[in-house]
Amino acid sequence: MLPLPLALPLAELEVGQHLYWHLGNLKIHGQVFLSSWVVIGALLALVFVGTRKLERDPRGLQNFLEFLWDYIRDMAREQIGEKAYRDWLPFIGTLFLFIFVSNWGGALLPWKLISLPHGELGAPTADINTTVALALLVSLAYFYAGLSRKGFRYFEYYVEPTPIMVPFKIVEDFTKPLSLSFRLFGNILADELVVAVLAFLVPLVVPLPAMLLGLFTSAIQALIFATLAAYYIGEAVHESHH
Amino acid sequence: MTSWLLLGATEGGLFDLDATLPLMAVQVVLLTLILNALFFRPVGRTVEEREGYINTSRADAKQKLAQVQRLQADLKEQLKDARKAAQMLIVEAEQESDALYREALAEATASANAAREASRRELDSQRDGALGQIQADSKALGDLIVDRLLAAQ
Repeated sequence: MLPLPLALPLAELEVGQHLYWHLGNLKIHGQVFLSSWVVIGALLALVFVGTRKLERDPRGLQNFLEFLWDYIRDMAREQIGEKAYRDWLPFIGTLFLFIFVSNWGGALLPWKLISLPHGELGAPTADINTTVALALLVSLAYFYAGLSRKGFRYFEYYVEPTPIMVPFKIVEDFTKPLSLSFRLFGNILADELVVAVLAFLVPLVVPLPAMLLGLFTSAIQALIFATLAAYYIGEAVHESHH
Repeated sequence: MTSWLLLGATEGGLFDLDATLPLMAVQVVLLTLILNALFFRPVGRTVEEREGYINTSRADAKQKLAQVQRLQADLKEQLKDARKAAQMLIVEAEQESDALYREALAEATASANAAREASRRELDSQRDGALGQIQADSKALGDLIVDRLLAAQ
């Protein structure tokens, strides 16, 4: 048998290992929280510095923040509609920014320099707990949006256009969070794995195209998640014209 | 290495759902609230205030432009009227001066004619006077000559 290059000490793969913290008798994944705090800290720092002095003639960081705001507003307005988008803009925006910064942070920051006793730091969105949490928040959000705007008329949505749709619409309520969470989780984890495996086999140059592709995928995934969340909310608050 | 993707491993695994999930959800909700207070609301207010400012400025500018155009049209009209009036004044003045010129010319011609007439008449009368005188003188001279001749005989 040929000696496989698996014994090379250049890089190591650790998948499915977690740094467990214990809160009472609950277990949580420490590495996810550590990296999510970095992400949240970066976001808060950016926002705090950028909005300290807002002026009518924007300068410096304010330009960038206004560009972001405009981008998120367009996304929310397009999917949710003119009437209700204002209520959901912060939620959609936070989802987009958190996922985007998580993904890019996971791809760009040299996490490996910090070694943990178990598991490794990376994008918080490469952990299924994070993506499921986000997806369930989206589910809650669109139920809340529909019920608060239309009351029990929200459930008319299940029989439109015909009552035959009821089972499908009910199944949809389960598949929506499932597909949201697994799409994000799978893409980010797969990207990290591809880069890790390539770096493991050929540590120089070769992983670079995969890394670039990973950056692209990461951005697209953030956009998809936020857009779909907005679309689901828009669907829930949509008034069908009889 | 072979246990990477094992599901339901006792400790760890890719699909290890635990208390991370609700805590992360709480974290994201908190982040939403903080970002709303720190980012979405203030930036949105700034942008919308600016949009309002731009809209009112534009409406203002449009109004002013309309006013300017109205004034311009007004002034053009006035200018045209003034030009016409000036033209009329010039024509009038030309006609007037022409009439004056003709009048003066006629007057001068008339007075010159009168003066000429008068001098000719005077000349004629003087000539007539002189002729009469000469006739009278020559008659007297003739008479004298006749007298002298007659006397010498």
